[in-house]
Amino acid sequence: MTTTSHEATPGVRASRARRGLAPVPFLAPGMIFLIVFMAIPVGLLAFYTFFKRGRFGGLVFEFTLDNWVKLTEPLYLGVIAQSIGMALVVTLLALALGYPMAYAIAGLSPKWRTVALIAVVLPFWTNFLVRTYAWILLLNNAGLVNQALQGLGIIDDPISMLYTPQAIAIGLLYMYLPLMVLPLYASLQQLDPSLREAATNLGANPWRAFRTVTLPLSLPGALTGCVFVFVPAMSNFVIPELIGGGKTIMVGNLVRDQFFEARDWPFGATLALLLTIILVLVIVLQSAVSRRVTEGGRRG
Amino acid sequence: MSYPFRRLALAGAAAGLLALTACSSADAGGGEALDPEADLSEQTLTVSIWADYYPEDLAAQFEEATGVKTTIVNHTTNEDIVAKLTASADSGIDVAFVSGQYAQALGEQGLLAELDKALIPNEKNLYPEALELAYDEGNVYSEPYAWGTTGLCYRPDLTGFAPTSWNDLLAPKPELVGKTTMLSTDRWLAMPALKALGYSVNTTDDAELAEAQAQLIETKPTLLAYDDTTFYSKLVSGEAAMVEAWDGWCNYGIAEDPTIEFVVPDEGADLWVDTMTVLESSQNKEAAMAFLNYILDPEVQTWVAENILYKVPNQAAMEALDPALLESYPTLGITVDELFEQEVIVDLGEDSLKYVDLNSEVLATN
Amino acid sequence: MADPITRPRRRFRGILVPLWLGYVFLYLPILVVVIMSFNDSENLFVWRGFSLRWYPEVFADGALMQGLGNTLVVATGATAIATVLGTLLAYGIQHYTRGGFVRAFAIAPAILPDLLLGIGLLTLFALLGITLGLHSVILAHAVFATAFVTAIVLARMASIDPSLEEASRDLGAGPVRTFLKVTLPQLAPGIVAGALLAFTLSLDEFVIAFFTTAPTQPTLPIVIYSMVRFGVTPEVNALATLLLFVSVVTVIAAQRLTRLTGSSK
Repeated sequence: MTTTSHEATPGVRASRARRGLAPVPFLAPGMIFLIVFMAIPVGLLAFYTFFKRGRFGGLVFEFTLDNWVKLTEPLYLGVIAQSIGMALVVTLLALALGYPMAYAIAGLSPKWRTVALIAVVLPFWTNFLVRTYAWILLLNNAGLVNQALQGLGIIDDPISMLYTPQAIAIGLLYMYLPLMVLPLYASLQQLDPSLREAATNLGANPWRAFRTVTLPLSLPGALTGCVFVFVPAMSNFVIPELIGGGKTIMVGNLVRDQFFEARDWPFGATLALLLTIILVLVIVLQSAVSRRVTEGGRRG
Repeated sequence: MSYPFRRLALAGAAAGLLALTACSSADAGGGEALDPEADLSEQTLTVSIWADYYPEDLAAQFEEATGVKTTIVNHTTNEDIVAKLTASADSGIDVAFVSGQYAQALGEQGLLAELDKALIPNEKNLYPEALELAYDEGNVYSEPYAWGTTGLCYRPDLTGFAPTSWNDLLAPKPELVGKTTMLSTDRWLAMPALKALGYSVNTTDDAELAEAQAQLIETKPTLLAYDDTTFYSKLVSGEAAMVEAWDGWCNYGIAEDPTIEFVVPDEGADLWVDTMTVLESSQNKEAAMAFLNYILDPEVQTWVAENILYKVPNQAAMEALDPALLESYPTLGITVDELFEQEVIVDLGEDSLKYVDLNSEVLATN
Repeated sequence: MADPITRPRRRFRGILVPLWLGYVFLYLPILVVVIMSFNDSENLFVWRGFSLRWYPEVFADGALMQGLGNTLVVATGATAIATVLGTLLAYGIQHYTRGGFVRAFAIAPAILPDLLLGIGLLTLFALLGITLGLHSVILAHAVFATAFVTAIVLARMASIDPSLEEASRDLGAGPVRTFLKVTLPQLAPGIVAGALLAFTLSLDEFVIAFFTTAPTQPTLPIVIYSMVRFGVTPEVNALATLLLFVSVVTVIAAQRLTRLTGSSK
C-alpha cells in the first residue's frame, strides 16, 4: 500500500556535488540486506528452475529444461488460466462494489470520512484465517445464508455454495475489497468538488458531470486498486484450500503443493517465477495506462 | 553465461556440496553409543505429532515420569512434517511421528537415528506382528504408535444403504453426488481407486497408475471436497453422507453421532502404521528413546488408545482396553489377523514420485 | 441554517446505499465470529445460550499463547530492523540517487508476491543450512517491512524543507551529523508511521511465515491455520474477538493521539 508521490525535492539535488563516500552509510546496509534476502533468493529460484528435483526437496545438480516444458502441459496452463480468470473476476467485482463505496465516502463530511475509512480497514485487524472461516459458517448448507434464503421462501432446499469456485470468489473479494476502496478514495477525495459543481452549473446532468469529470480523474486510483486486488488474489492459496474444499486449485496452491506435498522445488520455483512474471506485467501495464491517462488528462 | 550468473551458479554449487557433505558426515555419526545412565532431567524434548492424536496432557505426564522437559508441537500431514524435517539441517525436533512408509524413506535418507533397544525394553509388549512390518523390519528406525486400516465412514440414515465397495465412493449413486469426501494426502488418494481396480496399493506399474488416475479425475466432480482433517465433522453436520476415512478417525464421528458406521470395502484396503521415530539431528537421543519406551508401556498405551480411539499395536494395552469402548467403537475390535489381511503400505524409493505426481495431477485438474 | 436558500443543497442520500451494503458484506462474517464466541455450545452451527467460557480457555491454551509470544517477538524484531534500514534507505535514495532503480529495488518487496519471497527465502535458508526458527521469520518479515518503511519515510521526506539540511551543511556539519541532528527529528512522524505499519503487517502475516517458520516455533497465524484446518473451535472465535477488540482500542487511541498532537501544533 504505497500511497506516496515520489516527487524529487529539487533543492537537495545540489548536494550531489560532494557525494563521495557519503551515500554509503545510508544506502549500503539496506541494499546489502535486500540483495541477500530478496535478490539472491529470487535469483536462486530462477537458478533452480533449470535443475532436477531431489527426492526430498532440494535439487540434483543436473541441468534440465523439463520444468519449463512441464509448464506448457494443458493441465498447468489450465490452472494458470483459471487463476487469471478468478483474479480478474474478483478484481472487477471489487471495482463494482468498491467504487460506489469510495465515492460515497469521499462525499461525507471530513469527520465522518475518517470514521467510514477506519470502518473499511478495521476488518483487516483481526486474523484473516478466522474471517475466512466465518464464511464457512455463512455459506454452509446449514449456514446463515441458506437459512435466511429458506426463511424468506426464496429457496426450498439449501443450495450448496461452499466448496465451489463461487465461494472462493466471495472469499477473495471479502479479503481484498478494502485494498480497492482505499486508493479509489484517495484519488476521489483529491477531486475538487467545485469542478463537479461547475460542470453541473454549466448544465451537465449529474451522470454527465460524473462521466466527464469524476470518472477520468479517478481512473489512476481505480487502476492502482485493481493491481492491489489482482496481485494478491492471484497468488492466494489459503482461501481455495479452506472454502474451496481443495477441489478448485489456483497457482498459489500449485506452488505451495510443489514445495510441501510433491517436494518438487524446481518445478515449484518455475511456477512461482511464471506467476511473478505475469504479475509484474500487470503492474507494468497498469503504470503505462495510468501514465497515459494522467498525461491525456493534462493535455486534454 | 554472464559473469554474475556464473558466480551465482558457482556459489550455489559450492553451497550444495557443503550441504551434501554435511549430510554424509551426519550419516557417519549414526552409530554412536547412547549413555544409558544419562541424566534425563538435563535434556529437553520436542516431539511433533499429528494434531488431536495424543492425550492432551501427554507432555506433562511424561515430564512427571522422567523429568524431561517436553514440548509437543503439531503437524497436519506426513508431507507437512517431512517438508519441515528436510528443509533445514536441524529442525529442532527430537521425535517425529510419521506413517510407516515415511519412516522407511527418512531412515534410508539417513535422517533417523537407529533405535537403541537397550533403552526401549517396553518393545516386548508389542504384538509379534508389529516387529515384522514391511516398511521397517525389526523396528530399526521406528516403533509403532497406532495402526489401522482405511475404509468408508458413513451415515446410514443419509446413504440409505450399506456401502460394500470402493466404487460406492468412486462412482456414487446420483443422490450421493456432492455428499462424499476423499482423503488427498500421500498414498491414500490413490488407494481406493487402486483397490477398486484390483491393483496393489504399492504398484509402480505406469499403466495401472494411469488407470487409477483417470478414475480419480472422473470421481473428482462428484465430491463435496477433499478432506484429510475434518471429514468426520462433515458427516456429523450432515454435509457429507459418506467419507473415505482412517478407522480410528471415523470414531471421532461416532463419538458425536453413534449411528455412524465404518466398513472396509470388499476389495480390501491398506494396513497403515503410524510410527515414532528419533531424528539423527537430535541432541537429546536418550530422552527421545525414553519417550518411545514410555509410550510402549502398556498402561500408557492403553491410556493413549482410550484417548485417541485408535487401535495400538501393543498386545498388553489392547487387552486392558475398557470393553465398553469396544462396544461403542467397533473398529477398535478389528483383530490383528483381520488387520493383516490388508496390504502394508511401503515406501517405493524413486518410484514414490509416481504417486506424488499422480496426486498433484489429480488435485490440479479443475 | 434557518434560511432555506443559503443552505447547501442536500445531496441525494441514496448514494449511501452501496456504502451500507459494503459494510454489511465486510462485517457480517465478523459479527458471526463475535456472536459465536459467546456461544455455550461446542457445535458452531447451534446456538445454546450465552457463555463466556471460551475466553479463559484462550489464555489457558499453551499453543495459542506460545504462538502469540512468538508473533510479538517476530513483529518487534522485524520492525526494529526494517525501521533502521528503511529510514536510512529512504534518506539515501532521496539524497544520493538520481534514477529510479534503487527506489524501485527498495520498494519491490512490498509488491512482489509474498509466495515468491517465502519460497525464495526457504530455498536460501535450506541451501545455507540455516536452521529455521524465529530468526528466519524475523529476517523474512524484515524484507517486506523495510520496503513499507522506506516508502512511507520517502513520502514524509518529500514534504520537509531541504533548506534546513543545507544550512546545517553550510555550517560545517557532515552528512551523518546533519542526518542525526536535522533530518531525523523532522522525519520522526514518518518513521513512527512506517514502524507501526511494519509491526501491524508482521502480526498477521501468514504466507512468508508459513515457509520460513520452524515447526517448533510457529507464529500465531500459523497456529491458527493448523487449528482452522481441524475445524474452528469456539476458542478460536474468542481469540479473534479479542484481537479485534484490541485493534479497535488501538485505532481509537491512535486517533485520539493524532488529534492531540495535531491540535498542539
